[in-house]
Amino acid sequence: MNAVSFIPLLLALTLSPLLPGVINRTKAFFAGRHGQPLLQNYFDLWKLLQKGAVYSRTTTWIFRAGPMIGLAAALTAALLMPLGKCPALLAFPADFLLFAGLLGLMRFFTVVAALDTGSSFEGMGASREVFFSALTEPALFIALATLVRQTGQLSLSTMFGQVSNAHWLHSGPVLGLVVLALMIVLLAENSRIPVDDPNTHLELTMIHEVMVLDHSGPDFAFILYTAALKLWMLGALLLGVVLPFSGGNPWLNLAMALGGMFGLAVVIGVVESVMARLRLLVVPQLLIGAGAVATVALILTLR
Amino acid sequence: MTDLILVLVVLTNLKLLGSSRLGASIRVVAAQGVMLGLLPVLAHVHELSLHFAALAAGTVALKGVVFPWLLFRALREAEVTREVEPYVGYITSILIGLAALAASFWLGGRLPVSTVEPSSLLVPSALFSILAGLFLIVARKRAVNQVLGFLVLENGIYTFGVGIVAETPFLVELGVLLDAFVAVFVMGIAVYHINREFDHIEVDRLDRLKG
Repeated sequence: MNAVSFIPLLLALTLSPLLPGVINRTKAFFAGRHGQPLLQNYFDLWKLLQKGAVYSRTTTWIFRAGPMIGLAAALTAALLMPLGKCPALLAFPADFLLFAGLLGLMRFFTVVAALDTGSSFEGMGASREVFFSALTEPALFIALATLVRQTGQLSLSTMFGQVSNAHWLHSGPVLGLVVLALMIVLLAENSRIPVDDPNTHLELTMIHEVMVLDHSGPDFAFILYTAALKLWMLGALLLGVVLPFSGGNPWLNLAMALGGMFGLAVVIGVVESVMARLRLLVVPQLLIGAGAVATVALILTLR
Repeated sequence: MTDLILVLVVLTNLKLLGSSRLGASIRVVAAQGVMLGLLPVLAHVHELSLHFAALAAGTVALKGVVFPWLLFRALREAEVTREVEPYVGYITSILIGLAALAASFWLGGRLPVSTVEPSSLLVPSALFSILAGLFLIVARKRAVNQVLGFLVLENGIYTFGVGIVAETPFLVELGVLLDAFVAVFVMGIAVYHINREFDHIEVDRLDRLKG
């Protein structure tokens, strides 16, 4: 274990709050506005950490534990996630199962904490979140299974180390389908626009925002940071498939992966600027579509 | 390149199964026809002849321009609502489609023809198009959608033919295209007349005509 293997983790911890900033700046550019500062998320986190938290009398310890367990799960998952060609700090066979499990744990405690407030509004958001994630998880797992089958590797780090130009030339359609499925999963899991609108505070449209309305102060800072880490990790997952080049030099690889990550943030910003949010009834069709696309990729790989 | 087209054909079939709009479905079928028209040219790029070029041009013109035009005209004149109105829901349709896809790959690997064609995807995607077309005919209420199902079915048979196009006489291919053209033409008129007589084109109500 050398110093380089700590760098993907350090980058994830320090730079992930920058991603929403880049997305917001892209959207502001499309709307012709100046937009908030790139570092706004860091300012928000700092401000929230200074504040005290307010707890309703109806809540129990679950409500207080929710954000902490969510952050802990996100930090553990960040240990497993490689950045481009740079292997993660921890890598063992089938670690992608643990990764998906940690994402599930994070979501479970967000949902339970939302239900703990006893507010019917938060219960509605929790119900939507659980419904949609039940549809995205098959897509995520089938896409990962396709990658395992394609590369013959069982760990995220070695899997993404294996994806090369030759893979794209030989089975480009399969990898293209996997990338499409993972992109939809990324947008849905991070409550970005075709599924959820991160800007609105309207009862009819919210999914993720609803569930965290009652959290305040440091708890809300934890939640914001966890969301940024989740965006970073799912972005890294997508990037591992998209970036087939290995520069040979770990520093060059890191630079390329970082460039790819912020490029991805710009792409998400463009998607949010040119698309409208889908009707809530159509969202399941989109997510099932992602699952179907991933399944087609798996069938093509298995043949 | 042929692989890419065949994967796109598979995806368009899935899109048709999950699509709720008649207009969108017509456009998707047209796009599928154009892609399949280009397929023989790309599959036999080394031995390009007038035969393939004429076949591709004919197919693209017919499936990409004439059929959509006829169908949109039928839609406009019949003044139907633009919903597909399925018997089987969209999500269930997609899941059934995936099962059909798996079955086609299983079957395609076992058929003894797998050696002649330019891509190993060809036979499975042809079988999938045939199955998806049949499903669209059975599971949708609108008569226009059954025309689309028939076209997808024909596309599947056409895909199958691409693999052995070198051995098929030109005249047979032209005959098949002409048959499809006449079929779509007649169905377009039939849809119009059904609509004028009965104010709707829902086929599930045709069984009440029995006297």
